[in-house]
Amino acid sequence: MASQPTAATPPSDSTNHGLRVVAAWLVLSAIATPLVAIYVGPLIPPGNASVQGQGQVFDNQVMTSLVTPILCLMVVFFAYGLVRFHANRNEAILDGPPLRNDARVQLFWIVITMTMVLFLAGFGTFELLKDGSGGGQGPNPIASPSGHHPLQVQVIGQQWQFTYRYPSLHGLESNQLYLPANTEVELHVTSLDVIHSFWAVELGVKADANPGVDNVAYVETKNPTVFHVRCAELCGLWHGYMFNNGYVVSRGGFDAWAAKQEKIFASIKPFMNRAPDQGGAPYAHSYLPAPGGGPPPVRAG
Amino acid sequence: MRLGVKLLLVVVAVVAAGVMIGFYVSHLTTLAGSPSYSVPVSGTKSHPVVNLEFQTVAAVGSKVSRNPDWVSYLVKTTSGWRRETVWDLPANATVHVTWLNFDGASGLRNPYYGLPQGIVGNQIRVDGKPARSIDPNDASHTFAVPALGIIVAAPGVADNAKNQCGYATYGCPMANAHRTIQFTFHTPAKGGHFRWQCFVPCAAGWVDGFGGPMQTIGYMDGFLNVKA
Amino acid sequence: MTDVALAAPRQPLWRRLIGFNLLTGIVLGVGGWYVGWFGAHAIGTGGSLGFITEIDQNDLSVYLAYLGGVVGFLVGLGFLNYPFARLRGYPPSLREKETGGWTRYFGLCTDHKVVGIQYLWGIGLFFFIGGLNAMLIRTELLRPNHQVFPAGTYLTLVGMHGTMMMGMMTSGILGPFANYLVPIMIGARRMAFPRIEALTFWILMAAGAILTTTIFFGGFPTGWTGYAPLSNQANTGMDNYVLFFALVGISMTLLGLNMIATIVTMRAPGLTWTRLPIFVWGVLSTAVLMVLAAPVLIAVLSMEALDRTANTSFFIPQAGGSNYLYQNLFWVFGHPEVYILALPGFAIVLELLPVFARKPLWGYRLSVAGLLGVSLLSWFVWQHHLFVSGINGDLRPFYMLSTELISIPTGFTFLCGMMTLWRGRIRFTVPMLFCLAWFFNFLIGGLSGVYLSDTPSDVTTHGSFFSMAHFHYTIMGGLVFTFFAAIYYWLPKMTGWQLNERLAKIHFWTMFVFFNSTFAPLLAVGFLGQPRRVVTYPSGLQFLNDWVSVSAFCLGISMLIFLFNLVWSLGFVKKPAEANPWASRSIEFQLPSPVPVHNFERIPVFSSDPYGYGEGPPPQPIPAGAPAGSD
Repeated sequence: MASQPTAATPPSDSTNHGLRVVAAWLVLSAIATPLVAIYVGPLIPPGNASVQGQGQVFDNQVMTSLVTPILCLMVVFFAYGLVRFHANRNEAILDGPPLRNDARVQLFWIVITMTMVLFLAGFGTFELLKDGSGGGQGPNPIASPSGHHPLQVQVIGQQWQFTYRYPSLHGLESNQLYLPANTEVELHVTSLDVIHSFWAVELGVKADANPGVDNVAYVETKNPTVFHVRCAELCGLWHGYMFNNGYVVSRGGFDAWAAKQEKIFASIKPFMNRAPDQGGAPYAHSYLPAPGGGPPPVRAG
Repeated sequence: MRLGVKLLLVVVAVVAAGVMIGFYVSHLTTLAGSPSYSVPVSGTKSHPVVNLEFQTVAAVGSKVSRNPDWVSYLVKTTSGWRRETVWDLPANATVHVTWLNFDGASGLRNPYYGLPQGIVGNQIRVDGKPARSIDPNDASHTFAVPALGIIVAAPGVADNAKNQCGYATYGCPMANAHRTIQFTFHTPAKGGHFRWQCFVPCAAGWVDGFGGPMQTIGYMDGFLNVKA
Repeated sequence: MTDVALAAPRQPLWRRLIGFNLLTGIVLGVGGWYVGWFGAHAIGTGGSLGFITEIDQNDLSVYLAYLGGVVGFLVGLGFLNYPFARLRGYPPSLREKETGGWTRYFGLCTDHKVVGIQYLWGIGLFFFIGGLNAMLIRTELLRPNHQVFPAGTYLTLVGMHGTMMMGMMTSGILGPFANYLVPIMIGARRMAFPRIEALTFWILMAAGAILTTTIFFGGFPTGWTGYAPLSNQANTGMDNYVLFFALVGISMTLLGLNMIATIVTMRAPGLTWTRLPIFVWGVLSTAVLMVLAAPVLIAVLSMEALDRTANTSFFIPQAGGSNYLYQNLFWVFGHPEVYILALPGFAIVLELLPVFARKPLWGYRLSVAGLLGVSLLSWFVWQHHLFVSGINGDLRPFYMLSTELISIPTGFTFLCGMMTLWRGRIRFTVPMLFCLAWFFNFLIGGLSGVYLSDTPSDVTTHGSFFSMAHFHYTIMGGLVFTFFAAIYYWLPKMTGWQLNERLAKIHFWTMFVFFNSTFAPLLAVGFLGQPRRVVTYPSGLQFLNDWVSVSAFCLGISMLIFLFNLVWSLGFVKKPAEANPWASRSIEFQLPSPVPVHNFERIPVFSSDPYGYGEGPPPQPIPAGAPAGSD
């Protein structure tokens, strides 16, 4: 039978394949890594519309630079290995050399991967604690950016629209999100029903909106820009339609917008300021709808 | 097995699979869907005018739904009131809406939606009287098109009102207790599909009042298909 | 008890259709369904439980109907026969209907090889239904805002695709291949619990039918995660999801227990732990995860079922429950679950590489440590699904570290695989091509995982198409590719017929190219701001989405090529396979093709592991013998 292997006769091979692969890898990495770090890294979203977004871009840049040599190693190894060590097309089945182990290679591999993992975890923790990176941190944030008084904005998710309250503008609520430029913003994300997730794409902000939970996220805006807001947690029928644009505008533009909104808002304001048990919603960090969710379960047909 | 028998078996299997897949896909495309209704247009071609009339009812009745107790919108068509919520409208049109609400109040979860917005003059008429806001506790349903910024809440029929509408079936008669809300909005110049929905947690019995009819197109959700 | 099937003379076909088999199972299943359905309606409308039907939504009747259906199905298949026989005083027996031609594939059969092949076809069927859903999803996403399917139906499609794949493919390797191969590889004639082995399969089939019929109950909007409180709001179709996953959980637990018991207690003489094939180690580490993780799933879904039927409020915040409770419990199951999917893939790659590199498995102990290490660490990472959820954030650095630590044991698998190839005499057979593709796919999957594990970067990628592309790279690229490697490698042994190699190579190359062409752009789509499970997206992303959709359709065609090959080679050409087509040293290839009913005439004695390539003469074929008389 053709498929029975011949006895093991490892062909004598004195080439130092390992050295070749390592050398090729080092050369390729030395060329590719700086190129990727400089030219590809900064292109990775979310972009520089906010300080936190910029921080994520830096993170992505560092991680991509770290990932590049790994990718290079694999490319070099498989390119070399599959070309150099493949059997000829019609050759009888021959066995290779019975190499079963090499403690030095194992140790080397473990040390390298361990170092990289610990570096990544340390670096990620440092970056996270610096300014919160725009992520939702729950009611007691451990990473708040600095000591200024940030602009508070409450993001209220409900099926299926986000609305925004500005406590510093006398409780103004709007279905448009406007933020002043170069300002630190403290977002309080909450929900009135199921779980939503507030994602301001270009600002690099994401925080889940949970009923009865005040999920705080920080973002420091930069120049005026337009950004997309999307819901990033499946929330039912219109999840895919739960989006709108947000705007970072100049200080003057923000004040003008606020004045216009307050005028429109005036007619609903008396109702908003009623006590919660009277159906009002004065500013609070989170909202929990009435037990049972609104009306009693029995409906007169 | 003979070759012919085997080939026959394969053909039968392929046909059976095709039929099942066809049934599956056609079932899915209609599942919880709603046919679209072209609202009649008057006015000029460059400035179309549309009179849109719809009502909200507490229970649709068993003849028009497998779920007779579900709350729903009904639109007035040339052949009477229909449970259809996908409406075709021309672009750049002025839409005069007359909304008859036969349902009681459930109250808004976020009182903000009591503020009419995105419509001409940010003002509505309730039973003929102009209003710039609705008491959120009195809200029964909303007609809201978030992508167009439109929010309008309708107050509900008083709980102790006489002659309330029961199962609507083909629309509640005008003799039943109801509220009339009127407003006008403009469709955008560019066409598109714009979803609309109700924001009042009016699907009683479901968690947060947002299950069942609130998550089914054809009841409390629909589309404005604006055609440029 | 003398085996009735063995003793009975051959009967005409119509007579064989009457009895305990799939047909009876379906008939009794439908009957049981109606008994449950009308029973629940009687309770709901008659008694004090009137609240059940008040909103035109009778969840209890759906549960009782399907539970009645499952019980009827299993009774019809004959799962109660043996317990009753024992009650009536018959002696114990471990065998049921192991002979009897092709009909034994359509009923309760305790032969582990029959169950393996049943699993292969059964899971294949649902894999193709799940794949069909993926095609429909991509059809919808061809245009940014155009409804091919109504918005709610789109969510049902997404949920059915995800749930079908995650539920069914957990048994994708352990079902067909571990059931078939583990007893042979460890030198046994059967699994430890043959009836439970059959039960796991038939429960899974009932579960698949339940999930498919969700479309008749309005579907479900939650995706495969089933997050509360959205799931508490949902239509009765949600109950199908709950029942499906709970039954899958039961099947997984039993399957895992059976595997552990078999591997621990039934190894042949001489098969020490360090001689065990690495595939069996992979099965063992997966089985441990299954036994520990699946009960959590069953528990959380039981709570969800109570929330939906008995007005409890485990997960409803407004009534004192917590949606975080659901998220935590679900991911305590859910993260080991994704390693339940990935680990068998690791094991198959490591099992096949020595055969085609013609070298011993390099670093046997390290690769075992890798499998067990992943299995252990997978318990400590679940909150990386909750990085931005608003749950107390103090532990985020810990979960970032633990998540990244998993790359170390995963790296062991890479190292051992790569070093096995090193200086080998590599043969590019079809199974080998799929294994090599695993390295590429899992590398991309792992490296994209770096971005997701990093909490700052995860803020953007979380819940986006990036994470979706990531887990398709690891699960489809990691599991489904190795699933096909296993099919091409072992199917000649299991059926005795060869598959067409040319078609197989076309299948591989189209699958590999279009798989990457489908999921690589999705990494970018996610970074650019498209969340998962949306029916609309910004029109600027249309080009990438269309590219992905077209690639996905080509991927679907690639699967049809495979299906054609299967039907063509096994149904028409029927070219007999050699006993050992790959010149493998593994014991299953020393047996004749297909493997005789009770595997071994004489229990083999092991003196080495099956990887001694280049270390001595190949093992002698084991001749076929008469079926063994006893265990």
